[in-house]
Amino acid sequence: MSIVPAQFNDRLTSLGEQYRRFSETTATALLWVLISILFLWAAIFETDLFIAGMIVGSVLALGAIGLTLIYSILGFANFAHGDTMMLGAYVAFFLLTGIVVGEKPNIDLDVGWSLNRMPGATAELWDLSFGWGLLVAIALSMFVMAAFSIGLDRVVYRPLRRRGSGIVIFAMAALGVAFSIRAVMLIIWGPDPRRYVQGIHYANHYPFGVVLKTDQIFIFLVAMGLAAVMYFVLFHSKLGKAMRAMADNPDLALVSGINTDRIVMWTWAIGGGLMAIAGALLAIQALLRPILGFELILPLFAATILGGIGKPQGAFIGALVVGVSQESSIVFFSAGYKPAVAFVILVFILLLRPRGLFGTAS
Amino acid sequence: MQLNRLATPLVLLVVAGLVIGLPAERSRDFDGTINFLAIFATTVAIYAIFTLALNVQWGYTGVFNFGVAAFFLVGAYTAAIFVKPPADPESSVRYIGGFGEALSPPFLGGDQWVPFLVAIFAAAIASGILAVLLAVPTLRLREDYLAITTIGVAELLRRIVIQEDGLVNGSRSLIGIPKPFSGYFDADTNRFVYLGIAIVVLAIVFLLVERAIRSPWGRVLRALKEDETATAASGKNVYAFKMQGFVLGAMLMGVGGAVFAFSRGSIGPTTFDHFFATFLIWAMLMVGGSGNNWGAISGAFVVWGLWTITLQLNGYDLPNVMQNRIFFIRDFLVGALIVTVLLLRPRGLIPEERRVSLWLDRRMRRSARGDPVAGNTP
Repeated sequence: MSIVPAQFNDRLTSLGEQYRRFSETTATALLWVLISILFLWAAIFETDLFIAGMIVGSVLALGAIGLTLIYSILGFANFAHGDTMMLGAYVAFFLLTGIVVGEKPNIDLDVGWSLNRMPGATAELWDLSFGWGLLVAIALSMFVMAAFSIGLDRVVYRPLRRRGSGIVIFAMAALGVAFSIRAVMLIIWGPDPRRYVQGIHYANHYPFGVVLKTDQIFIFLVAMGLAAVMYFVLFHSKLGKAMRAMADNPDLALVSGINTDRIVMWTWAIGGGLMAIAGALLAIQALLRPILGFELILPLFAATILGGIGKPQGAFIGALVVGVSQESSIVFFSAGYKPAVAFVILVFILLLRPRGLFGTAS
Repeated sequence: MQLNRLATPLVLLVVAGLVIGLPAERSRDFDGTINFLAIFATTVAIYAIFTLALNVQWGYTGVFNFGVAAFFLVGAYTAAIFVKPPADPESSVRYIGGFGEALSPPFLGGDQWVPFLVAIFAAAIASGILAVLLAVPTLRLREDYLAITTIGVAELLRRIVIQEDGLVNGSRSLIGIPKPFSGYFDADTNRFVYLGIAIVVLAIVFLLVERAIRSPWGRVLRALKEDETATAASGKNVYAFKMQGFVLGAMLMGVGGAVFAFSRGSIGPTTFDHFFATFLIWAMLMVGGSGNNWGAISGAFVVWGLWTITLQLNGYDLPNVMQNRIFFIRDFLVGALIVTVLLLRPRGLIPEERRVSLWLDRRMRRSARGDPVAGNTP
């Protein structure tokens, strides 16, 4: 009874089938080839940009791993991820320096207690720009943010979950949370950029024209180390197995006897902890600004979708790709377009292979 | 239950009372208060165009647009370059277009309205084209992919405006956008003329959306929002209808951008900040009630009312700590408001209607009057 001739419909179906098969094999292969070319080209011809990109990418990876876990286990796009990262960085800043904005803007108030006042806390470790105070501050901020994330889930997301709200309602709530968090940072610490340590620290010269601060090497090593820890937690522990099971199919996980409430809690705890570290590492080499959180959203989501939602290993590789392409884009475009690179990657992936590098058919 | 039914009129009354009462109390000047209210009402009308447009996309079609700012920006800039005179090559102000004079016919005071009308249509078309471009890669995928993509494109367009400063004068802003009918009235009267224009545009948009939603076409959109699979199973082309709903909403956003550009007279990249141009509009729709056009308009009124009142409060003896941070506190309140509404009153002030059908309405009326209901003929 259809107006459309049957042959045409069949033709359409077979086109769809062909595209599906293309996206299954050829597109994946094509993506891997493109990524390899990008990495090789950047590593050989723009070594310094490549290394800068790897450092940014490794920090992004910590955020993206948390995002991809939340995305798949809780099933919604957490638009507050970037802003929570910045909040973690600011909590570390506060613990370290004890500074908030006073009654008048531009005049800081010292609360009178801070890690910096501990004996020897500011003495520079090795060639780094900071002392053990910052390390302790970051570690404490990790726990604060883990608790904060669990608390937020209890107050906002769990009631929505109980009501069976759609993913869009969750995303909307997350955006509301994101703007509230940013406003809180602005209220407490003001819009002006902050830094953990005052003063100038010089970079060292390495072969192949690479100029690096020791801080940056530290950031890279910490991020990579944590990613390795995450790999063991997720792929070689019972908790990780349960988390991945729940990411794949929450209902199946529930009937197989997995305590899903507990997994949700752990997801927020791990996600929150990773956010705090990622935010603080980012703030070591850049400046702390409340607005930075929102600018992180696009790279984080591009990395997550490029890797395939729910795939931590994918998020890791995706983040490195986004980092390297962002940094090396300045060879071709003005630096003002850096944030746009993530967007281009995102659209490209959505067109070519929407479920990402490691994603499986749903 | 009783309280629940009273809540909506109560909220509207309280906000209206504050919006009229606070400035009147503070200035104790009739003309000043009236002028304030005229500007307030104009802004509400413009925002209401956006909430109606977003309602078409989210409330009726279920398409998730987090980049209202992108369509806002495209509409406003398109309208601006259509009505402005060409850029003076001698000055440092650079922008493309400038068709204002070319579009002015020499009769009936054509320069006072023809370019503006053309500009509104151009803004709608430009926004519509952007919507099609965005919809092609994302509309077939999970619904939150469109959200991420639209956030991205809003940021990308802002970057382009800033970086390519020959396009629309970059971050130096585009100033001196003419107003319709400004040649006939002095500045004070023009404020009210402009309020009239904004209300007329809003009324046209409202009637258009109401008519469209109460048609068979609109019911397909509603069905889509409720259950995509069932709609597809009843033989509707899901992709095509989603696309139409999304593009219609985007075009109306373009219209809103155009009206905004004329009313402000100057626009720059900071105007289209994500908070101001996307999130506030979402807050309005959520507070008012998505899926209901009256809800969308009252949401615009309530949220913009609270938004302006917060600044009025600064005239009173607030503690210094609060006074210096009033803008940030206001941002926080809007963020918290949206989360609270989602948690406590997810359907908003004026909830979605259960039935949107002119045909059914007519039948119900007829049977209530006791007229014979004609079989299946509408």
